[in-house]
Amino acid sequence: MSIVYPIDSMKVHPSRAFAGYKSTAKRHPVKPLIIVPHTMSELTGPVYGHDAIRPGDEDLTAHGKTGEPLGERIVLHGYVLDEDARPVPDALVEIWQTNAAGRYIHVGEKHPAPLDPNFTGAGRALTDKDGHYKFVTIKPGAYPWGNHHNAWRPAHIHFSLFGRSFLSRLVTQMYFPGDPLLEYDPISQSVTDLKARARMICSFDLDNTVPEWALAYRFDIVLRGRDATPMEH
Amino acid sequence: MSGLTPSQTVGPWFAYGLTPNGQYDWSDLATGNLITPDVAGDRIRIEGVVSDGDGAPMPDAMIEIWQADGQGRLPVRGGNGATPNTSFKGFGRSPTDPKGLFWFDTVKPGAIAAPDGKPQAPHILVAVFARGLLTHLYTRLYFADEAANASDPILKLVPADRRDTLIAKKETRGGKTVYRFDIRIQGEGETVFFDV
Repeated sequence: MSIVYPIDSMKVHPSRAFAGYKSTAKRHPVKPLIIVPHTMSELTGPVYGHDAIRPGDEDLTAHGKTGEPLGERIVLHGYVLDEDARPVPDALVEIWQTNAAGRYIHVGEKHPAPLDPNFTGAGRALTDKDGHYKFVTIKPGAYPWGNHHNAWRPAHIHFSLFGRSFLSRLVTQMYFPGDPLLEYDPISQSVTDLKARARMICSFDLDNTVPEWALAYRFDIVLRGRDATPMEH
Repeated sequence: MSGLTPSQTVGPWFAYGLTPNGQYDWSDLATGNLITPDVAGDRIRIEGVVSDGDGAPMPDAMIEIWQADGQGRLPVRGGNGATPNTSFKGFGRSPTDPKGLFWFDTVKPGAIAAPDGKPQAPHILVAVFARGLLTHLYTRLYFADEAANASDPILKLVPADRRDTLIAKKETRGGKTVYRFDIRIQGEGETVFFDV
């Protein structure tokens, strides 16, 4: 199977010049990007297998010093797919997030919300043969930021993915359904195609909710890549 | 056909998840050091500063690289004629420091073929992530001391007066080879980025 990476698919991504997110102003190229053919360099990518994942890396509630983190425990899972909706097995998924109070662990973070000694907020998982990944974590909190007066980020989890090549590399953010802050958030709204924007919101998953233990959310992710010779329909 | 999941900025707080580098209590997937004992190729350091449209250094960016070894072999899962016969990963990830500086210790890659079979000049793929950057950027690093740059099929597509932004300058420091590759996101001397 030969994989191609149509450039048209990239239209769903935000404009790097999206003005509502003020930090873009000095941080986007103003000269035109140059279209080049894909060579072997672009069509290959780093390989991280099971040796890159330690037992427990996918359970963010198990990284504490003295016990479990505070907050609402959730199961977060989904499928990593390509543009033909085929599973992408052995895809490395990295996540990072705030604790339940909306606080990141970072030397530069000044938000006056408490740290949780039992939550660091980083996780890593590999998709299985069906493209499925699963994390256990806690629901992150909203937090303020300086973009405009009374600006708050909706609760989100950052995702970083490696797929079949360096061209399928994706860094994104996953949001939660029904969050009232989405209406005011320029970062999620930088995706102007509403269907595409909706693909960044996970769905509540009752079927995988674990009785007496944790709510489940499902988040499927589509990475670049199509079969060069698609099936006839 | 399924639509892609859109990109979002890496934000300012990725360090403990993606580049802990001993500063945070989490394991590194990849760092700026790509050297493995068995990798073929001349040891080099690559370093540079990432700066914004005002020329100000960006202390909260992340640079990733993807490259072949010194013999032009990409460490992939078979196919494409590549030979994954060493522990070399070909992938590196460096945060920028408070002065906007990133660095990689790696080997100088060998030449690999273009789609038409002709060789490409030795090069490294570079991806740029940062707060304020909603979709990551791709560029390429070439080496100033390579005559093959003159016939490289990708460099030929770049306007002649901008090619210089893709060429890392060679320095020798304490007997070690250092290639300097500054990345200017916007403005005077703006780095060439690719729509791939």
